[in-house]
Amino acid sequence: MELQLATRTVAGHTVLEVGGEVDVYTAPRLRERLVELIDGGVRGVIVDLGGVEFLDSTGLGVLVGALKRLRPVGGTFGLVCAKEPLLKIFRITALDQVFPIYPSVDAAVQAAGGAGADSGPTA
Amino acid sequence: MATVRLAFSPAPVHVRTARLVGVAVARRAGVAEELLDEVRLAIGEACARAVALHRQYGVFAPVQVEMSDESSYTVRVIDRAPIEAGLGIPSIPPDELANESLSDDELTTGVGFALLAGFVDDLQVRPVEEGVGTEVRMAWPTHAA
Repeated sequence: MELQLATRTVAGHTVLEVGGEVDVYTAPRLRERLVELIDGGVRGVIVDLGGVEFLDSTGLGVLVGALKRLRPVGGTFGLVCAKEPLLKIFRITALDQVFPIYPSVDAAVQAAGGAGADSGPTA
Repeated sequence: MATVRLAFSPAPVHVRTARLVGVAVARRAGVAEELLDEVRLAIGEACARAVALHRQYGVFAPVQVEMSDESSYTVRVIDRAPIEAGLGIPSIPPDELANESLSDDELTTGVGFALLAGFVDDLQVRPVEEGVGTEVRMAWPTHAA
């Protein structure tokens, strides 16, 4: 399935909902969207991978890129993922030690402070 | 024995096609259903690697994928890039994955190999028998094996 992207705001955090396949062909679109958000001043980013059916190394690279882009500006970055096949990908690549990964958007917002980008853990 | 061969121009858009074909042939060959996600991911990583190498070195020749179910389900992904065959770079330590010094390409390559090595028990990377290039060979057991 093609990549789908949708954005909403929850308690001051921008939640980017990602659906479909994130691969070498579609990942540039995800990168563009994340860069657009961050360059537009968003500092609390939660990427919800709940609708993702496929994720490869290119997609993982894009997520790391967003984390690196937010870090120097004091932003927060978290992932929402409860699917075991995707969690296994994060474990195998050791990226589960790089990203905060939450089982739900609520849990991610709560962990980040629930009151916007400034009170959460630094990316 | 059944063999399916696929050749595609080195463009990212075709990697998905290779994944779809690879999984369809795996299912037909009798690879267990619970392994198919890993087959999909591994074929995608191997093909994405080949496409990236062809583009990096300006190689316009097609990437080749050969799938066979002779004794196990075997997939060979062949590129024609002029590099020394091998697993390339060592795995990246977790604390270095988000380092500023690591380029996007280095990160993607390292993570891609970590996925291949993590998901494929039977993995070989070796020079092609004829000409220039590398063959990534992956195999999975089938019900018939």
